[in-house]
This record gives sequence, C-alpha cells and structure tokens, in this order.
Amino acid sequence: MDFELTDEQVMLRDTVRDLLARNYDPESRLKITDTELGWSRDVWRQLAELGVLGLSFTEEDGGVGAGPVETNLVLEEFGRRLAPEPILDAVLVPGGLIARVGSAEQRQRILPEVVEGNKLLAFAHAEPGVRWPSTELRTTATAQGDSYVLTGIKNPVPHGDCADELVVSAVLPGGGVGLFLVGLDAAGVVRKSYRTVDGQRGAQIEFDKAPAELLGDNLDAASAIESTTVHAQAGLCAESVGAMAEALRLTAEYLRTRKQFGVTLSKFQTLTQRAANMYVSLELARSMSLYATASLADGGNDTVVASRARLQVGRAARHVGQEAIQMHGGIGVTAEYPVGHYVARLTAIERTLGGGFEHLRVLTAGVGDYDLAEL
Amino acid sequence: MKISLSPDEVVFRDELRKFYRTEIPEDIRERVKYGRELSRDDIVTAHKILNDHGLAVPNWPVEWGGKDWTPMQRHIWQDELQLASVPEPLTFNAQMVGPVIAQFGSQEVKQRFLPATAALDIWWCQGFSEPDAGSDLASLRTTAVRDGDSYIVNGQKIWTTLAQYADWIFCLVRTDPNAPKKQAGISFLLFDVKSPGVTIRPIKLIDGGYEVNEVFFENVRVPADQLVGEENMGWTYAKFLLGNERTGITGVGRTKVKIGVAKDYARQTKSGSGTLLEDPVFAARIAELENELLALEITQLRVVSNSVEGKPNPASSVLKLRGSELQQAATELLLDIAGQDAVPVDADDIASPGWAQRSGPGYLNYRKTTIYGGSSEVQRTIIASTILGL
Repeated sequence: MDFELTDEQVMLRDTVRDLLARNYDPESRLKITDTELGWSRDVWRQLAELGVLGLSFTEEDGGVGAGPVETNLVLEEFGRRLAPEPILDAVLVPGGLIARVGSAEQRQRILPEVVEGNKLLAFAHAEPGVRWPSTELRTTATAQGDSYVLTGIKNPVPHGDCADELVVSAVLPGGGVGLFLVGLDAAGVVRKSYRTVDGQRGAQIEFDKAPAELLGDNLDAASAIESTTVHAQAGLCAESVGAMAEALRLTAEYLRTRKQFGVTLSKFQTLTQRAANMYVSLELARSMSLYATASLADGGNDTVVASRARLQVGRAARHVGQEAIQMHGGIGVTAEYPVGHYVARLTAIERTLGGGFEHLRVLTAGVGDYDLAEL
Repeated sequence: MKISLSPDEVVFRDELRKFYRTEIPEDIRERVKYGRELSRDDIVTAHKILNDHGLAVPNWPVEWGGKDWTPMQRHIWQDELQLASVPEPLTFNAQMVGPVIAQFGSQEVKQRFLPATAALDIWWCQGFSEPDAGSDLASLRTTAVRDGDSYIVNGQKIWTTLAQYADWIFCLVRTDPNAPKKQAGISFLLFDVKSPGVTIRPIKLIDGGYEVNEVFFENVRVPADQLVGEENMGWTYAKFLLGNERTGITGVGRTKVKIGVAKDYARQTKSGSGTLLEDPVFAARIAELENELLALEITQLRVVSNSVEGKPNPASSVLKLRGSELQQAATELLLDIAGQDAVPVDADDIASPGWAQRSGPGYLNYRKTTIYGGSSEVQRTIIASTILGL
C-alpha cells in the first residue's frame, strides 16, 4: 500500500500548479470567465505544450501514456485554482470514449488533434428528465445506407458550447447503446449555449436526422460509457478535493486576519472548532478520492468504489462549502471574493453524474450482500 | 500509488488471521464480538497467549520483546486482531507504561518491570487524571515529597480505568511545586496499589457497570528507585505516552465487526413486510456509516504508510475524533435495531433478547469514547492550532 507520489508525479503536479497560479489569481480568473468562451485558449495551448492534454492517452494515440494518478493530480490542481479550462469535459471524457471504442483510423484522426489542443470534443449523453444512474435514452440512431442519422435532444452537454465535434450516445436500431461522432456544423444539429451555475459553459444540442458516424464497430458501448464514467467520477472527486482544500485555506486565512471586537476571529473557539470539522471532512474526502484513483491505477473499474468516493466527497463538499461561506460572513456571498466561486463549483459537481442521494442508493442496494464493509 | 497489500503483507495478514482464530479461545472472542463483559481472567488469558507467541508488545524495542515491524505490519497486526474479536493486549501495559519504561527507564527499572509488564504478570493502571486536571492534565496536584530513599505521595486520582483489577499504578506526581511552569516539576512514579495508604473506590457509571475508580493516596511511601527517568521530567514522558494512545484508539476493525453484527440482527428483525435490513431507509443508514468507516480506514492507512518514527502525524487527531464518533454511531445503531427490546435490562426469562438488553447500556457506556484519550474538543483544538494555524 502506497499513497506517496513518485518524483515525476510531484514534478507534474508542481508544474501544473505553477502554470495555473501564474494565470489565475482571482482577479484574472474573473476576467477570463466573463468572456464569451469562459476559459483561455492561451492556457489551453500551454497545457497542450506541457503534454497535459495527452496524459490519459497512449503514445500510439498521440498521448504520453500516463494513468489515472497523473490525470487526477492535474484535476486536483484545476480544482484548487478553479481553472475553467474544460479538460475533463472536452478531453478526458469524450477522448476516453474514443480511445476505448474508436477504430484505429478514428483514434488516429481525432486524438492527436485533441492532444495538441486543436480540437475540442464534448460528450452529449445526458437527456432532459433522465437522472443518473438511469441508462435510458430517447435519442435514436437510424441506419441510412452505410451510415446513421440521429434524432433527439441532449442536455446538459458540458462545454458543448465550444465543441468542434461531439461523441453522442443513442439507441441503435437493433437496441443497445451506440456512440457516434457528430460534427457541430452538420446538417440537422442545433446548438443552444448557456452559462452554468458555477460560471462554466454548456449547451443543449438538438439532433434532427443529423448525419453521424458510428464510433468503432462495437454495437454496444454501454460498458465503455460505464468505464469512462467511473474514471470521470474519480476525476470529479479529485477536482472537489482541490477546491475544498483551497476553500478551507481561504477560510483559515480569513479567521487569522479578520478582526471583530478587537481580536482576530481565530480567538473565537466556536469558529476554530468548526474549521477543524471542515479539515476532518476534507481529509476523509481526500482519502476516498485517493481510494478511487488508486483503485483505477490498480486496474480496477468498480462502480461501487466510484459511488463510495462520490458519496463521501459530496457530503464533504456540502459541509466545507457551506461553512466556508458562513464563516466569511457577507464577503463570502459576493462575486468579487473567490470563496463563493469554489462553493458554486462544488455545488455543480455534486449535480454531475449523480449526487449524494443517487450514490447512497447504489450503496444501499448492496448493504445486505456482505457482512463487513471492505476496501 | 497502490491500494493493495504486497504479497509479503498478504502472507503476514493471513498467518495472523489464522493464529487469532485458532489460538485465542472462541468463547472469549465471542464475548468481545457480541459486546459482553470480559472478566479479568479473559483479558489475562488472551494477553498471555499473545505474549507467548511474541504478539503482545510488537511496538516495543526488540530487546524487550518487540518486533522490528513496519508501521504497515503493525497496523495489520492490530486490524486483524480487532476483526477476529481478540481482546487487545492490556493497553496500560502494552501501549502506555511499557513503551515509557523502555524509552526512558534505567536499565535496572527496565529489567525489573518490562518482562512482567509484557507478560501481564503485573496489571498496570494509569494514575493521570485528577478531579481538577482532566483535559488540563498539567494542573495535577498529587504531590510526592522526597524523604530519604522514598517519596511520600499524597493526593487523589480519578477515572482510573480497571484499577479494581490492578496490581500497580503508574502515576504522575508533582515533585517540584515551585517550578516556573505547571508542566515542569512533574515526575513519573511506579508503585504497588496494595501499598499502605492507597484506597481505591469504584465509580458506578450510567450503564450500571464499574470500570473506573477514584484512587486516594495518603502518605504512601514509594521507594525512590521506582521513579522512571529523571525527577521533574514526567511531563515529557506523559506526552510520549499520550501520543501512542491516540493512534491506537481509532477502532476501525472493532466498529466493522459491530456493524456486521448489527446487520445480522437487522436481518432477523421484522419491519413492514420484510426485514429491517431490507428497509431502504434503514439500509441507507448502514451504507452511510460503512462509507464513513471506510473513509476513516483509508485515512488511517495514509497515516500508517506515511508515519515517521516518533513523530505523531497531526492527522492522527482525525483518527481519534472520527474513530470515537463512529464507535458511538455503531452502538447507537444496535440500540435502534433493538427498539423496544432495548428497554429491559438484565432480565432473565423474557422475550427481549440478551443483545437487545445490552444495547442500551452499551450505547450509554460508549458516550465515553469522545471524552477519554483527549476529548473531541481537544482534538479539534489540536487540528485548529497545529494544522490550520488558528
């Protein structure tokens, strides 16, 4: 058992940490998130140059062949700085699906472009009125000659606003779920972009007999979607841990410096004890997040582990986030001060790929099947 | 990063798992598993079997019976012990006084006390807390005044766990009342509780049982060669001891077993059209508790795999704080499964099962876990000051 990072991993983490710290003090971050795109093409280029966009892909696919540990280290740093670049939405998730399911030709055509930062993807999967973990889809694929056309509505599509090409899930003519590549400029595709509660971007994308290319030749992509989702769950945990750590750091700093009644807030035991509780939540969440990542690195791909981590991290995010704002007082609810943005991001994550309620339900269903809970 | 045990650690774990389950009498392990009271004999029997196989004091220096184990091996030793419901080696001997003597005692004191302490031929109790010196331990007032070859001890200790079974006490006493700080001028003294002038008075607790005591000293004459280390250095030794106490108190394995037992009872309890365990609201509570426990287990593994000898990890306060809360949550779970059958206590020949009758006292007794060994409030203060800089 080993929770230590290798020298290379530490170097990667520090490099990304430096890059993001250079670009994102709270003020410059707000300038960038207020633009129409909501993130920085310049930072994206720097990430591509460092190889960060290619971390999760094999060398054959144009990547560097690193694993979930490296990927999630990076995501933790994204969480810490609230970096708005859509690395999970535009690269890891849709790119992961292409890497898993795509043909050699499709992988070679698309992934190197993604790794170099020239092409943005998005995964159009969620549908209105359908909550995780339901796998029910209404978007349909109809065969048309050698190809397919898609009809249906996908929403929310995280960072679908800026995507060049979509990976879309749809019900196949013979049943089962297929994955398709669709260009945003294709006929029959309508995109409605919007801002999200955490200041990011998304889109609803409507398909009306839109021409689509089947991804790979695997006519049942459900397991690839599940596997990619497990990776995404661990990634969201890591990002949350980074965001919580920074929210707590800001809170502790505020308690040390802000004066009331002639003394710093840190003189009030009510507040310091609550800050300690935030630390407890953070560390337990970090443990579960590491567990999810280490399980993937060990070759596991377990939906239960993912739900364990998401439940713990989600509970902690709510606790740490709410307390962080409360202990800041009024400044905590202003848009100029960063702590509220951390809480907004944590709040959005908790509504992505299942929240505490849904993950608890997954775990509850299995409670009678074993005696002792084991790792 | 790797979450699995190494092949060597798996072998190590499997050997211990087998040993605990075959060598420690099953009736004793059953009593532990189901939360029944242990006799002094049960504890001594289990401790002696462990010691005979070199497994009672692995944390001690090798020359005094310890093992040169990695922190992970020590963790596995304890975790498997708890999962097999083996009574812990007596903590006063194995975790508290033994390591202090081994670290700070003279060669003569070591030879005289360590083998008997490891074998539980001496049952030790801890004379630290006083009526006005609990969490604020350094305020203690029990005095020891040098008189020739002896110290004369006067004062009172409280919350002395299992003193009714004890042979000897390790005691913090004030040897220099004029020291500039209240932490200075304290010494660490060993003596026989049968010495003239020692009175032990049991304190009845809310569960109806007796496990703590008041201990009074009236002109107790203690040979000066029973001092550990140097006079007036006792605070240093006590801090060393308390650092050991905190990490051992997490109890993840024990709480797991308790929840496992609770699930079994819930499976046997009717609720609505099925069993309590099938009730989604109830099952969700167990799922949530199990998840918290696993998060704590990984946190413990992080501390273990990252621990530097002699340097307590400040995150170990999380272990004490959360570990004690989860122990309490597990006793509350049992109580809630028992429901109305938790109301009768110690009643023979009635329909309420024995486990249910014990669940109320168990729940009440476990309120202690967030108080002893540094209360939750003390742990939060440690986290706030040493980790968050508040």
